[in-house]
Amino acid sequence: MPGSELTPRGASAPRVTVWLIILLALVVGLALWSLNVGASRMSLLNVLTGDPDDRLSKILFASRLPRTLALLLAGSALAVAGLILQMMARNRLVEPSTVGTMEAAALGLLVLAWLAPGAPLPLRFALVSVFALGGTLIFLAVLRRIALRSALIVPLVGLVLAGVIAAAGALLAQQLDLSQSLRAWNSGDFSAVLRGRYELLWLAAGLTVVAMLAADRFTVIGLGKDFATNVGVNYGRLMLLGLLLVAMISASVVVVVGAIPFIGLVAPNLVRWLCGDQLRRSIPLVALLGAALMLAADLAGRLIIHPFEVPSSGLLAVTGCLVFLVILIRGRKQWA
Amino acid sequence: MGLTLNPVWRLSLLALLAAFCAVGFMTLRVQTDWGFILEYRGPRLLAMLLVAWAIGLSTVLFQSITQNRVLTPALLGFDVLFLLVQVVVLLIWGAAQWQGLALPLRFGLEVLAVVLLALLIFRLLFSGAVRSLHLLILIGILAGILFRELTDLLLRILDPGVLAIDRGRSAASFNRINVSLLGVSTAFVGAASLYVLWIWRKLDVLALGRDIAVNLGLDYQRLVLRLLVVIAVLVAAATALVGPTLFFGLLVANLAYVLMGTQQHRWTLPASVCVGVICLVGGQLLLEHVLASSVPLSRVIELVGGLLFIALLLRGVRQ
Repeated sequence: MPGSELTPRGASAPRVTVWLIILLALVVGLALWSLNVGASRMSLLNVLTGDPDDRLSKILFASRLPRTLALLLAGSALAVAGLILQMMARNRLVEPSTVGTMEAAALGLLVLAWLAPGAPLPLRFALVSVFALGGTLIFLAVLRRIALRSALIVPLVGLVLAGVIAAAGALLAQQLDLSQSLRAWNSGDFSAVLRGRYELLWLAAGLTVVAMLAADRFTVIGLGKDFATNVGVNYGRLMLLGLLLVAMISASVVVVVGAIPFIGLVAPNLVRWLCGDQLRRSIPLVALLGAALMLAADLAGRLIIHPFEVPSSGLLAVTGCLVFLVILIRGRKQWA
Repeated sequence: MGLTLNPVWRLSLLALLAAFCAVGFMTLRVQTDWGFILEYRGPRLLAMLLVAWAIGLSTVLFQSITQNRVLTPALLGFDVLFLLVQVVVLLIWGAAQWQGLALPLRFGLEVLAVVLLALLIFRLLFSGAVRSLHLLILIGILAGILFRELTDLLLRILDPGVLAIDRGRSAASFNRINVSLLGVSTAFVGAASLYVLWIWRKLDVLALGRDIAVNLGLDYQRLVLRLLVVIAVLVAAATALVGPTLFFGLLVANLAYVLMGTQQHRWTLPASVCVGVICLVGGQLLLEHVLASSVPLSRVIELVGGLLFIALLLRGVRQ
């Protein structure tokens, strides 16, 4: 079947290593740059060269560093979540924001704002996770009803489902007079990230590590239920683990900064393109590329109309759409 | 449909219901004098009638050309294309100079740009390079997202302060109708409709598909090209009035097929317009005057239409 993980083009170990070094350098470079850019003047060099006065370290540790860390953590977590979702749906054209996971998470935030506006963070996170889980489950349930003849119907159903969930959310928001807030939750933006407001993303980082360790088995899931059961994998339990990982990673990002589109699609597909289909070895590359994309999008958003900002989600959506279209058009013969 | 009414009766019933909705919209809960009501509700009613007309017609025509019930102009990103053209024109020309031009001329130029772009897209899509229906729709929906995000981005970059006002325009609204464009769009929609009236006998042949139509002596290529222009004009007019409507056409056209129980264009075309009027005017009547709710009708249509779309996809796959 086209679009599945069935065509192993083995990734040679040296190639992966080379890309690992390149991407690591890219991420470090972008992170340093990100620390250096902002509305108020501050150069990293000042911290190194001499009097790191109070104002400087305040900006650095209260605003710049949290923002950069949040970008790193969210980007890599979303990239890995996208990869897992792709393995579970057995289709490389899906990711949390295009199947309804993120939209459902935003709906969860809306319901929270309605029923329990002052809820503590753990409760918020738990409820939003439940919604994200529900959204992903609906998608997988609809998929199960489709005989997988065309690899393209999977992302198509996902996109429309995401649209339906978003429309339901918009209706509810209109009724509750929360449209403005819903709009903010739907367009991820790192400009409000400060110390004390992003730490939930460390949980996402932990989940990402779990996902990386379990990646071996997710590769087996990509080969289908029968095959997975044959080689001794507990298919049901693994699917549940994958669902939980995707839902919780998406939920933590949506709670902290709002929905971030397309990273989960772009990063795994670019890595496939660079290093071949066997993603077990290259899963760190996926995480690094996700972080790099997130950092680059946020930097671009801050630099285009400095000192104003364009939210990174808009830039990512444009980039993601273009990458998606290129993948579709390049592979159009195999999908026809 | 267990009813065995003939199409004349069915269409008459639909038309009656549509007229009933229109009268209800104008007369229900009238508390001030008639002059005010006419001035306030009249243009909105007119705009909704125009939108129902334009979208019903364009969707049925488009589905006949493409020979399926799932594809609509909106699903290919047509309406968002119009918004993008508007923003790009502003960007290139400069807002002040652009506003100085006469309204009909401005609108005409925008429509022209959309028609040209749409034809270009069509050449790409129907040149044989893309054969899969799903690929087509997927590209269309992605193009829609892309155009919307690009429009949004351009607006933000152009003027960081003004975005809150214009952002709302990226979703359809039947409450904030662009009334100043009524005259121009009536003219455009009228011209497009006259052409459809002129050639309507050929439509049933066209819907048989390229090979049969050509065999029956239809100048297929030229007719399709002209109809595409007509569709682009209609979609541009509707979008200019209320903004993009992703699933409205899908909903209206499919309801018209089911309710009429025939594929003949002389029935499906007027039926789709009637169904559109019932959905828009009736829906607005229900939400605004009966339920006194602030829920935007466009969201309800989006929700129902999205579910219908998934159902159509699932059914199509199973067949």
